[in-house]
Amino acid sequence: MKREEILEKIKEIFREEFDDESLVIKEETTAADVEGWDSLKHISLIEAIEDKFDIRFTMAEVSGMNNVGEMVSIIVERIK
Amino acid sequence: MKFAELEKNCKKSTDTCTDFYSLAILGNCATQHLAKAIKGYAYEEKIALTVFDADYNQIDAQVMDDSSELYQMTPDFTLFWLCTEKLYEEFCQSTNRSDFANQMITSLEGYWNRVNQQYKTTILQFNFIQNDDRVFGNYGNKTPDSFLFQIRKLNYLLMEKCILYKNVFIIDIEYLQQIYGEDRIKDNKLYYIAKMPLSTRILPEVAKQTIEVIKAIKGKMKKCVILDLDHTLWGGVIGDDGLENIQIGELGIGHAFSEFQMWLKELSKRGIILAVCSKNEEATAKEPFLKHPEMVLHLEDIAMFVANWEDKASNIKRIQEALKIGMDSIVFLDDNPFERNLVKSMIPDITVPDLPEDPSQYLNYVKSLNLFETASYSETDKNRTKQYQEEMGRVKLQKQFSSYAEYLESLEMVAEAKPFDKFHFSRIAQLTQRSNQFNLRTIRYTEQEIEQLAKDKEHLTLYFTLKDKFGDYGLIAVVVMEKQSENMLFISEWLMSCRVLKRGMEEFILDEIIRTAEENGFDKVTGEYIYTPKNNMVSELYKKMGFHEVEKDRYEVNVTEYEKHKTSIQKQEKEV
Repeated sequence: MKREEILEKIKEIFREEFDDESLVIKEETTAADVEGWDSLKHISLIEAIEDKFDIRFTMAEVSGMNNVGEMVSIIVERIK
Repeated sequence: MKFAELEKNCKKSTDTCTDFYSLAILGNCATQHLAKAIKGYAYEEKIALTVFDADYNQIDAQVMDDSSELYQMTPDFTLFWLCTEKLYEEFCQSTNRSDFANQMITSLEGYWNRVNQQYKTTILQFNFIQNDDRVFGNYGNKTPDSFLFQIRKLNYLLMEKCILYKNVFIIDIEYLQQIYGEDRIKDNKLYYIAKMPLSTRILPEVAKQTIEVIKAIKGKMKKCVILDLDHTLWGGVIGDDGLENIQIGELGIGHAFSEFQMWLKELSKRGIILAVCSKNEEATAKEPFLKHPEMVLHLEDIAMFVANWEDKASNIKRIQEALKIGMDSIVFLDDNPFERNLVKSMIPDITVPDLPEDPSQYLNYVKSLNLFETASYSETDKNRTKQYQEEMGRVKLQKQFSSYAEYLESLEMVAEAKPFDKFHFSRIAQLTQRSNQFNLRTIRYTEQEIEQLAKDKEHLTLYFTLKDKFGDYGLIAVVVMEKQSENMLFISEWLMSCRVLKRGMEEFILDEIIRTAEENGFDKVTGEYIYTPKNNMVSELYKKMGFHEVEKDRYEVNVTEYEKHKTSIQKQEKEV
């Protein structure tokens, strides 16, 4: 799966999780850019993304991701 | 349902909700996601839930401090969740390990007692997820010092304790662990990062269990299962295949149907009424019940048997009217999707599970729906089917009499009217939870509250039993009266089982209320009707029975002006 496809799927999850159909998600998007993306929301996002791609992040990855792009990179590696 | 959907529900307007409750969540772990899941799931069931989510690990602070947020809120429901991970930390510090479960139960009881002293609530207690540390391996099963031994014992002790605490109800999250498995219910990294012992993947299920228990406590429960026959209770078609060829019993596919019948029979012993609705000739439909040696269900297990060629929706309505229960308390089981859809579209309130095609999956599927949650269980439940059958006998007799009054006389009815006593606390509480239609103010009481009312000097109480020549209805009506002033007695609750409607019991009860008021020196009796979507049948009750309306839905009568009614019911003399 290409990075763009993964990003597109992540965007869908974000839109569902934040209940906002117009939410714009790019690789450089960080938690600070999205209203409501706090540590609680991060947990349900992580679990939704894990289920979508049928992968598991590591503990270090969950707490170390700095932006959406890093999330995409991990997924690219994991589903190779 | 997904967690994200439940979270969305939390933001929706509660205009469409019909019930409004409050809940406090007290945990030794992170409970924010749980709080959202429960609130969001409540919305699905038309319940607007105000949730107070205490901060992380604040149980002691909230419970011990008299001025805590918990005690300011005094919620209808108080939920305790102690996660096993934290317990394990305590266990590892403990020096007397073989006593660990006992100590934990004692501290839980401490919380319950303290909360019960402070305010009126119903306590919901999560039981304990079973995380073995495998330190003793399998040998832990016979080693009281092992965590395995203690955590298993703890869930058992919790059940035992809850028998004694009538207002404590267990939410069985260990069951969810069994069904969904360790990997699905929990993710260790999220516990380490966020102190969440349960994953958001399983929280919707946890919320569902919680709300179902709340609904049962509030009187919303299933009372009857209506069954199709061919391909539902046995394999094959009795009308085509004949008695010898239908599939039921030990062999092959028949075994699945036998087990299904066995389970249905257990439901009936628990107090769920079974009825049959089949497109068949009646005699043909009854043949397996009468003659097939391997049938588990017999005619005496079926409260009402309807077999004809009319459409099932009409037949179900007939059954519902005869049994005098709400459509929303009925479950209809039929293998045929056409019949299910017809019934669903004609009767929106009824529950119609979409049975799987394979009969071997019927039982697991129906069990997974957890349709039969209850908040009480008493002796009466075991005889319910018999009572409904007696009722059918009365209906037949009624047809032979020229006047209804004559028919009532022939029933030889005898009723008791007595203040609440300890032998009946459980049945009285149960009746307040189950009765929806003949219920003037629809106040639900727990067994413990009933016990308190019985002792309270400011209240007078009455329960009523009724029997006739066909059988014993048992305890069928409850009245709670509050002393409002020296001469004014207020009927703060009056409810009656619909099974005894139109027998003169309403009149008999009101006569007893007035007599009680008279004996205790009251001049006036006042009553109130509080509307619910289900109790329209009693909206005019007081007016019809000689009270005058003093304001909307509020009625009054002077004891001296009240005229006693004439009924065909004899009052049972006091037992010696």
